[in-house]
Amino acid sequence: MRIAVLALQGAFIEHEQMLQELGVETFEVRQLSDWQQPKDGLVIPGGESTTQTKLLHDLGLYEPIRQAILDGLPVFGTCAGLILLAKQEDGHPREGLGTMDIDVCRNAYGRQLGSFHAVAPVAGIGEEVPMTFIRAPYINKVLSPSSQVLSVVDGHIVAVRQDHQLATAFHPELTTDYHLHQYFIEQICQTPS
Amino acid sequence: MKEDRQALNRQLAQMLKGGVIMDVTTPEQARIAEEAGACAVMALERIPADIRAAGGVSRMSDPKMIRGIQEAVSIPVMAKCRIGHIAEAQILQAIEIDYIDESEVLSPADNIYHIDKTKFDVPFVCGAKNLGEALRRIAEGATMIRTKGEPGTGDVVQAVSHMRLMQSEIRRLVSMSEDELFEAAKQLQAPYELVKFVHENGKLPVVNFAAGGVATPADAALMMQLGAEGVFVGSGIFKSGNPQKRAAAIVQAVTNYQDAKLLAELSEDLGEAMVGINEQEIELLMAERGK
Repeated sequence: MRIAVLALQGAFIEHEQMLQELGVETFEVRQLSDWQQPKDGLVIPGGESTTQTKLLHDLGLYEPIRQAILDGLPVFGTCAGLILLAKQEDGHPREGLGTMDIDVCRNAYGRQLGSFHAVAPVAGIGEEVPMTFIRAPYINKVLSPSSQVLSVVDGHIVAVRQDHQLATAFHPELTTDYHLHQYFIEQICQTPS
Repeated sequence: MKEDRQALNRQLAQMLKGGVIMDVTTPEQARIAEEAGACAVMALERIPADIRAAGGVSRMSDPKMIRGIQEAVSIPVMAKCRIGHIAEAQILQAIEIDYIDESEVLSPADNIYHIDKTKFDVPFVCGAKNLGEALRRIAEGATMIRTKGEPGTGDVVQAVSHMRLMQSEIRRLVSMSEDELFEAAKQLQAPYELVKFVHENGKLPVVNFAAGGVATPADAALMMQLGAEGVFVGSGIFKSGNPQKRAAAIVQAVTNYQDAKLLAELSEDLGEAMVGINEQEIELLMAERGK
């Protein structure tokens, strides 16, 4: 099992550490030559979505990554990663990778003073999943029945799965709870779709 | 509650890693920075090079100007308060700034005490030129550290020496035996618990950026290679010939700081870099403020 971690900007090392502790091999994607290595899945980390989007384009990674996801490559996006995967933002088409049928609201809880920790259930993961929301987005709504809501916090959708794509508005990589990463590896990467 | 804020505030800094934080003075510049890929902007009325040129007392920026920048971009907005100026920090917290830089670039308001940052909900970043300063600021509640460098000069030499010193002091702590840490804490004038953390983890307990004098993609790559987790660029961008292009090039240089071939391409045709002044020519060493 070998997972590519998008390492353009943000908290990618935290994902690598978590995956490595689960016994998964990881490599960083900073440019096209990195991307061309064989891989069983992709993690898009938290960070700034505008920065990551700009770098995807400037480094020629946008099309190859988008195509790979459309072709069925398992992907797990957290926070900025979720924003990149979303097809829409507040009812308008987004310029990100846009492979998931979800409508996202960015900075949905306001500025840094609105950041918070929570513990809530996630379907298929557990009843008490620790969650870290940092200037986080949430999902306004899912846009197709194939996009399955996994978790709702304070009335807002914060985790979804659409076939081989998994996205959370919070950061499991900033906690010590491995269950979401384990779910991604075992239920998505190791399960042929 | 405050402990939880400290954790959240350290975590915001983690999200900024691998990114470039740019000084901006207008909403227009903020938009240019965001489009170029900045992971945050620092809103201030005058960039450090102009603060140097103007002389006199340099204070927190007009909150209205900062609000204008908050409205212009979706990325985090930071702003500076003077060292020890509790009221300026309270004002910045009241306008919901994402990060306060308690900064030696402004005139210090207090020659002895820094702000007790544990009393605030918003996060603080502070400058440090060695490990002792960094750990003292963290003890006071800073959730992000940056080198001081020598701001407004376009001369990276001070940022390099601060980063090198900090990294070598960290390596030294790592190599010590546990019973030597008490004396090390005494010498560093830093709390034992933080010294022990560095000994065990080989890094600061918070994110550490480079700042002060970064002017080119090569400067940014140099700082990353020396162990910075991201870069602040102050005067280097909007004092240069082609801010858009330079800003985007520095953003890419931070991501691919080890790829010299790409850095060569990024360094081409950037127009004029800020002229800069070198360390020997300046009369005011801002890095000596707040120890």
